[in-house]
Amino acid sequence: MSPLVGQVINLFAAVLLLIAFAMLAQRRIVTLIHLFALQGLALVGSTTTVAFATGQHHLYWSAGITFALKVVILPLILHRLIRRLNVKWDIETLINIPTMMLVGILLVVFAFNLALPISQFSQSIARGTLGIAMACVLMSFLMMITRSKAVPQVIGFLAMENGLFFAATSATYGMPMVVELGIALDVLVGMVILGVFMFQIREQFDSLDIHHLEKLKED
Amino acid sequence: MNVEGLLAQITALLVALAGAPLVMGWVNMCRAWLQNRAAPPLLQPFRLLHKLFWKESVIAHDASPLFRVAPYVVFGCMLLACMIIPTLSTNLPLAPAADAIALVGLFGLARLFISLAAMDIGTSFGTMGARREMLIGFLAEPAFLMVLFTASLISSSTSLATTVATLAHREFAIQPSLAFAGIAFTMVSLAENARVPVDNPATHLELTMIHEALILEYSGRHLALLEWAAALKLFAYSCAGLAIFFPWGIAEARDHVALLWALPALAVKLAAGGFALALIETILAKMRIFRVPEFLATAFLLGVLALLVHLLLGA
Amino acid sequence: MEAFFVLLAIPLLGGPCLWLLGDRNSAPEVNSGFSLATFAASAWLTAEVVAGGPVTAWGEQFFVDALNVFLVALTAFVGFTTSLFSRPYMRIEREKGRMTGPRLRLYHSMYQAFMFTMLLALTTNNMGILWVAMEAATLATVLLVSVYRTAASLEAAWKYFILCGVGIAQALFGTILLYFAAERVLGAEGNALLWTHLALVKGDLEPAIMSLAFVFLLVGYGTKIGLVPLHNWLPDAHAEGPTPISAVLSGLLLNVALYSVLRCKVLADGALESRFAGNMMMGFGLLSVVVAAFFLSRQRDVKRMFAYSSIEHMGLVTFAFGMGGPIANFAGLLHMTVHSLVKSAIFYAVGHATQKAGTQVMEDIRGLMKASPTVGWGLMIGTLAILGMPPFGVFASEFLILTTAMREHPWATPFLLLALGVAFAAVFSRVQPMVFGDTHLKPLAHQPALVPVFVHLGLGLMLGLYIPPYLAAWYAQAAKLLG
Repeated sequence: MSPLVGQVINLFAAVLLLIAFAMLAQRRIVTLIHLFALQGLALVGSTTTVAFATGQHHLYWSAGITFALKVVILPLILHRLIRRLNVKWDIETLINIPTMMLVGILLVVFAFNLALPISQFSQSIARGTLGIAMACVLMSFLMMITRSKAVPQVIGFLAMENGLFFAATSATYGMPMVVELGIALDVLVGMVILGVFMFQIREQFDSLDIHHLEKLKED
Repeated sequence: MNVEGLLAQITALLVALAGAPLVMGWVNMCRAWLQNRAAPPLLQPFRLLHKLFWKESVIAHDASPLFRVAPYVVFGCMLLACMIIPTLSTNLPLAPAADAIALVGLFGLARLFISLAAMDIGTSFGTMGARREMLIGFLAEPAFLMVLFTASLISSSTSLATTVATLAHREFAIQPSLAFAGIAFTMVSLAENARVPVDNPATHLELTMIHEALILEYSGRHLALLEWAAALKLFAYSCAGLAIFFPWGIAEARDHVALLWALPALAVKLAAGGFALALIETILAKMRIFRVPEFLATAFLLGVLALLVHLLLGA
Repeated sequence: MEAFFVLLAIPLLGGPCLWLLGDRNSAPEVNSGFSLATFAASAWLTAEVVAGGPVTAWGEQFFVDALNVFLVALTAFVGFTTSLFSRPYMRIEREKGRMTGPRLRLYHSMYQAFMFTMLLALTTNNMGILWVAMEAATLATVLLVSVYRTAASLEAAWKYFILCGVGIAQALFGTILLYFAAERVLGAEGNALLWTHLALVKGDLEPAIMSLAFVFLLVGYGTKIGLVPLHNWLPDAHAEGPTPISAVLSGLLLNVALYSVLRCKVLADGALESRFAGNMMMGFGLLSVVVAAFFLSRQRDVKRMFAYSSIEHMGLVTFAFGMGGPIANFAGLLHMTVHSLVKSAIFYAVGHATQKAGTQVMEDIRGLMKASPTVGWGLMIGTLAILGMPPFGVFASEFLILTTAMREHPWATPFLLLALGVAFAAVFSRVQPMVFGDTHLKPLAHQPALVPVFVHLGLGLMLGLYIPPYLAAWYAQAAKLLG
C-alpha cells in the first residue's frame, strides 16, 4: 500500500473537517445543502480510495450507496423541500459565527484527544481519521444545537450521519453490508418522515422556526 | 559572514527595493486589463515615487516628532522584513537574526507607528483609519502566526530560511494542511495589504477607506516613503507566500547556478501571483467593515485547521 | 427456526395489509388479529426455547436465549392487549373527531411496523441490525406521536425525533467502535458484529476501545430508555401521543432499549474486567430515579406524570443491572416484566379516564369511581401496584433491589428510599382525588376495554405472590447470563 493512498484519505478527511466548519458558519440554507452534498462526495471519495487500497469489494457498493443517497437523493429531497416550503431565507444562528468557530476548534481538539488512545489500535491506513470523524459528529451536533430553524437542524442530523459513516470506513473498512443497507434505509425513511413533519409544522405554525416548539416545558 | 552570503543579502535588498514598485505596477496593470480599462504603464509607481520625492513635504502645525519619524520607521521595518524573507536564496546572513515570529513583530511595529502617526494630528479620518487598522491587525496577526506555525511545524524550525529549505527539498506529498494554510495566508495578505475585499486601495471614499485614511495627512517624501513601504509590504507578503507554498526555484547555499535561475523564477512566480491578486480583486466585492472580523476569523480558523490537520493526521 | 420466521413475518405483513385495508370498520379487529397471531408465534418460539435451549437461525443472524425470550413473549403479549384496548379507544377518538380515516390507517399500519421493529431488535444477533431496528422503532412511532396534529403533539414528536435521532447516532458510533474492537479479534467478516461470536471472545476485546464504545452505546440507547439527563423527549411523547402509543412506548420500547444496553454491558464487562460499565449504569440509574421522583410531584397532566414514573422505574432497573449479581439481575428482570404489565394497564385506564373527562389535566378529572367503577378501580389498583405496594410484583422486585443495594452499596439506599417515598406521596395524592369524590363525567359511547387492564394487573399480582418455577428458572438463567 503506497503512502499516497494514506495521503489521499487524509486529504479527504481534511476536506470533511473543512466542510463541517463551513456548514457551521453557513448562513444560507441552499449553500448548506450544497455543502452537505459536497461532504457526501468527499465521503464517496474516501470510501472508494479505501476500497481501492484494500481490495474490499463491498466498499465499492457502499460508496455507490453513499453516492446515490447522500449526493443525489437526499440533497434533491432537501431542495424540493425548501422550494415547496419556500424557505430560502438566511438562517439566524443562536450564537454568533466566530464564537461557533472557536467552539468548533475546541471540539476538534476534544474529539482528537478522545480518539487518541484508540486510534493507535487501528490497522487501517490512516489513523488520525477516527478523531476527524468524531470531530465531524460533534460539530454536526453543535450545528443542530445552535440552529433555530427546522431545515438546518435536519441537515445537521444528516451531516452527523456522514461523520459516523466516515468513522466506519476509515477505522474499520466499513460495516457489514447488511448493516450498511439497514442504516441507509433508516436514513432515507427518516428523511421522508422529516419532510412530512416539516409540512405539518408549517401548517400548524405558519413557520419553520423551532422557537414555536418550546411550549412543552416543566413549570 | 562570508562574502557569498553578503552578496546574496545585498541582491535580495536591491531586488526588493526595485521589485516592490514593479509588483505594484504589475498588479495595477492586470487589474486595468481585467476591468477593460487602459492600463497604466508598468513603471507608473516609480514615476509616482519620483514625483513625490521632489515635492515639498507639508506637515501640520501640531504634529509631534512621531509624525516625522513614522515613515522612516515603517519603511525600515518593511525593508528589514524583505531582507529576512528568502526571496532568491535561503543563504541569508540576516536570517538567524529574526525568525517567523519576529517577522510578524516587524509588521506589528510598523502598524503601531503608522497608527500612532495617524492619530497624532487629531483629524477624525486618521483616528478612524487607525482604529480600523488596529482591528484588522489584531485579527490578522493570530491568523498569520497560525499559518507560519504550520509551516514551522512541518519543517520543525521557526527560521524562515530553514523552513523554506525544508519545504523545497522534500518528497512530494499531498498536504491538506499546507493547502489550508495557503488559503488562510491569502486571506490574511488581502487584509494586511489593504486589498479588496477588505479595503480598496484605489479609492478615497471616506467611509470605507482604511489604509488611505492612515496616510491622508502625509505629503512629499514622507508619503513617498509610505507608498514605497506599502509596496514593500505587498512584496514581502508575496515573497513569503511564494517561498512557503511554492518554494521551487529558490537557491540553496553554495549553489551559484541556482542563484542565477532564482531571479527569473521569482519574476515568473510574482507575475503569476500578481495576476491572481488582480483577479481576486476584480471578482470580489468589497465587504462591509463589520464583516471583516468574520473574514479574518475564517482565516484564523483555516490557519488553526491547518495546524490541527497537521498535528492530527501528520499531513 | 420456523418460529422466527413466523414471528417476524406476521407484523411485517401486518403493516402493509392494514395500510391496504385503510379505515374500514374491521381494521381494529384485523390489527388485534395480527397481534394475536404474533403472540401465538412468540409462544411457539418460547416453547421451542424452553424445550431446546438457545436457538439461532438464518446463518446465526437471529438468536434467542433466556434473556430475550421472555422479553419477546412479554412484547408480543403487551402488543396484543394494547391492540385490544385501542379498539374502543380509537373508535371514541374517531367520534370525537380527533382521529380521521387516513390517520387511523397510519396508526394501524405503523402499530404493526412498530411491533416488527421491536421483535427484530429483540431477536437479532447482529449488533448493527439491533441499531437499525431501534432507529426504525423511532421512525415507526414518531408519526404516531404527532397523529393528532396539535401544536403540542407536533412539538413532542419533533423533540422525540431529534433527541432520539441524536441519541441513537451516538449508539451507532458505539456500534462502530464495537465493530472496530471485534474486527481485531474476529477479522473483518460479516460475523464480527454477531453477539454470540462477540460473547465468545469478549475477554480478548481491546479494553480501551470497549470502554469508549460502551459509553457511547449507553448514552445512545440510554436516550431511548429515558435516562436522566437524556429523558426530555419521553414525557412529551407520552403525554401528547394517543394513549395506546404511550402504553407501548412505556411498556415495550423502554424495555427493548434497556435490553440493548444489557447486551452491550455483557460484552463490556467481559472485555474490561472491571465494574466500569456497571458503575456507569448505576450512576445514570440513580440519577434518573431521584430526578424523576422530584419531577413527579410537579406534574399536572396525568399521562405526563405516569411518563415520569416510567423514567423512575427504568432508572431503578438500570441501577439494579448496574449493581449486577444474581439477585439484582433477577430483580431487574422481574421489575422490567412487572413494570411493563402494570404501566400499560395504568395507561389503558388513564386513556379511558381522560376520554371521559375530555382533558388530561388531573385537577379536572374527579370521581372516576362513580362514573365508571371499573376504570376507577383499575386506575387505583394500578397506581398502588406501580408505587410498590405489596402484594404486587413491583413490591417484590423493589424489595429485592433495595436489599441488594443496602448490602452492597449502602450509600445509595437513602437516595432510593427518599425517591420512592417522594414518588409515592406525589402520585398517590394526585390519583386519590381523581378516583374518589363527586363527578359530572358522562359514560363513554363505547364500552371501554377493561379486560386487558385487569389481566395485566392480575399478572402483576401473581408475580408478586408466586412466580411459576419455570419462569423463576428462566429469570435465574438470564440473570446468570448477565453476570
